[in-house]
Amino acid sequence: MKTTNIMIVGVGGQGTLLTSRILGGLALDAGYDVKLSEVHGMAQRGGSVVTYVRYGEKVAEPIIEEGMADIIIAFERLEALRYAHFLKKDGVLIANDQKIEPMPVLLGMADYPENVLENLAKKYTLFSVDAMQQAKQLGNSRVFNIIVLGLVAKHMKFSKEEWYKVIEKTVPPKTVEINKKAFDAGYQL
Amino acid sequence: MTNKVIMLGNEAIARGAYEAGVKVSAAYPGTPSTEISESIIKYKEVYAEWSPNEKVAAEVAIGASLAGVRSLASMKQVGLNVASDPLYTFSYMGVNAGMVFVVADDPGLYSSQNEQDTRAVARAAHVPVLEPSDSQEAKDFVKFAYELSEKYDTPVIVRTTTRLSHSQGIVELNDRAEIADKPYKKDIRKNVMIPGFAKFRHVAVEQRDIALTKDASELPINKVEMNDTKIGVITSGMSYQYVKEALPRASVLKLGIINPLPRKLIEDFAGKVEKLYIIEELDPVIEQQVTSWGIKAVGKEILTVQGEYSANMLRQAIGGEVLALEQPAEVPARPPVLCPGCPHRSVFSVLSKLKLHAAGDIGCYTLGALPPLGVIDEFVCMGASISTMHGIEKAKGKEFSKEWVAVIGDSTFLHTGINSLMNMVYNKATSTVIILDNSTTGMTGHQDHPATGKTLMGEVTYMMNLKALCVAMGINHVVEVNSFDLAAMESAVKEAINKDEISVIIAKSPCVLLDKQKRQGYRILADKCKKCGMCLKPGCPAMRKSADGTVQIDETMCNGCGLCKSLCKFGAIEQAGEK
Repeated sequence: MKTTNIMIVGVGGQGTLLTSRILGGLALDAGYDVKLSEVHGMAQRGGSVVTYVRYGEKVAEPIIEEGMADIIIAFERLEALRYAHFLKKDGVLIANDQKIEPMPVLLGMADYPENVLENLAKKYTLFSVDAMQQAKQLGNSRVFNIIVLGLVAKHMKFSKEEWYKVIEKTVPPKTVEINKKAFDAGYQL
Repeated sequence: MTNKVIMLGNEAIARGAYEAGVKVSAAYPGTPSTEISESIIKYKEVYAEWSPNEKVAAEVAIGASLAGVRSLASMKQVGLNVASDPLYTFSYMGVNAGMVFVVADDPGLYSSQNEQDTRAVARAAHVPVLEPSDSQEAKDFVKFAYELSEKYDTPVIVRTTTRLSHSQGIVELNDRAEIADKPYKKDIRKNVMIPGFAKFRHVAVEQRDIALTKDASELPINKVEMNDTKIGVITSGMSYQYVKEALPRASVLKLGIINPLPRKLIEDFAGKVEKLYIIEELDPVIEQQVTSWGIKAVGKEILTVQGEYSANMLRQAIGGEVLALEQPAEVPARPPVLCPGCPHRSVFSVLSKLKLHAAGDIGCYTLGALPPLGVIDEFVCMGASISTMHGIEKAKGKEFSKEWVAVIGDSTFLHTGINSLMNMVYNKATSTVIILDNSTTGMTGHQDHPATGKTLMGEVTYMMNLKALCVAMGINHVVEVNSFDLAAMESAVKEAINKDEISVIIAKSPCVLLDKQKRQGYRILADKCKKCGMCLKPGCPAMRKSADGTVQIDETMCNGCGLCKSLCKFGAIEQAGEK
């Protein structure tokens, strides 16, 4: 089996680590070799962060390079744009339709690009969701990343039960129900 | 029942130490090594502590080894500089029970001030270095390191890198080996390094180097993978994974031990391949030695000493492939920033208003060097803010240094800042030191230290009183100020810089991320906003100017510190729920 490459990109503090651990657990439970690579420390302080998930029969390097990603999960528009060129030709971009202005933009030293998702959709297979809005409707804005993951699940070959099982194992016990609801919300899109 | 789990490189290192029967572990937090200690506390058989710095941590582990139990000291690469004093001499002494340093290098500078190569330090200290390539090996090599340590009577370094420490892979778990404590043996010729004894130990070090060099070729942690012999690659660590991706048909000699190099194994391998490459991140530590033996090899002439490698890099440099890669879009950078509600921002807004220069130190507050705050002019290493501040005063005099302050975090102050402050007192400095006391080691992810009142293992303990400590050093002018009280901070700074004696200001407010009770956020009253932009000056990422010039606060990001409200002269900012 060819190795599957998934990148998760976003802004430090958006929960990329939790997301990659869910994906890693899923692949491990299914019996694959798995490697994840994460960013800790300084870069996490509101900076651009990228984590990698690779699974297959045998995985060597833990990173994903330009032109290799089967799926990119972007939690923020500008980060989707920053990393889109990592996608394979037939890769899928799943984006959370949220804007977080970086410091150079807040300081007026750079402009936040217009129509990011519209332009990306012209070039790539893109699915997007305003997950923050949906999460607020569910009553917990923090589960927005699991809503995005629900949308991602539609483009991966694991059953809903497998997803549920790994969510139960990975998220804090008190938040299992809300996270499953969030997953369903994304899955139904 | 499966015993395979997915583990960070650092978790696997902790597991390896546990399985090897380690009983004492000491460290100071430092990305990318921190999770080793945070993981080892899961194992109740291991005593683990945060020490105030890496030198102390290394010496704690050395003491444990001398006493007869296996021990671990873990640190980041620059931490080994702090611990190098004990490292060099303990190398002469050798161990009683096994002792391992785990040192995490940071190619790519994800969270460090330099890209130094620990393998070069290890060579200078005559200490063996092992280098694993994935989480499983991280665990296995740590266990093997204890065998080597005891067999060859030496501390051993296991070198990891950010990519290995912070990648997860599958690890097969084993049980802990119950290693009996060794009896303590008094042996002053081995353990008291006065010159008369040390010179004989230097002989022992040389004999050990010779013996290890001879045996290194037989160690099971080296692997020869013969394939197509047109291209042969000598590599180690994470570079091995990039080689496997990029050059699957090449023959590979994967080195598990880097110091001393297994010369015979390398010479045999080199003789079997047509073209030899040496692929190692950072310095040409392997390459320079191998080529000095008269072996022809290609390495740094086509590959860089900077940053991380990747498979694509090797495909192009060695495979000669031309990769038709898409160009990245041009997008604004997103550098790390101080969090919304960070108390450092509040202190820096005062320093910025007073147009002061700051001698900086290592922690989240180093971000105060960047726009819009831009108050930090220089930083070198842990603790250096206070001592460089002192040098600046001694060079240019009191009038010059009145425009400066030193800023240092509480954890960094306790790490090595104390010595520098003692020096200021002793040598009659008049400058000002601001201790940014946020009650934690922030940047590495909230670790305890001697002034937090809690140990690594979660026990309540004595709480170092920073003010009393400064007073005890002989400093008359020590004041504590709430980091968010702008008026009090401004007058305290003005008073301090104008005094003819050394002053310490302790700016107190806990890290906003420690505060589990989410405070009410703030909002703008648009009709009162005069669009002056004062509230935007400190660069809070939760605030932005909208198209009409009024300010907006992102409610999901605001942590409710109230700095913006303090800065607004028009009463246009209120806390949600007010009135």
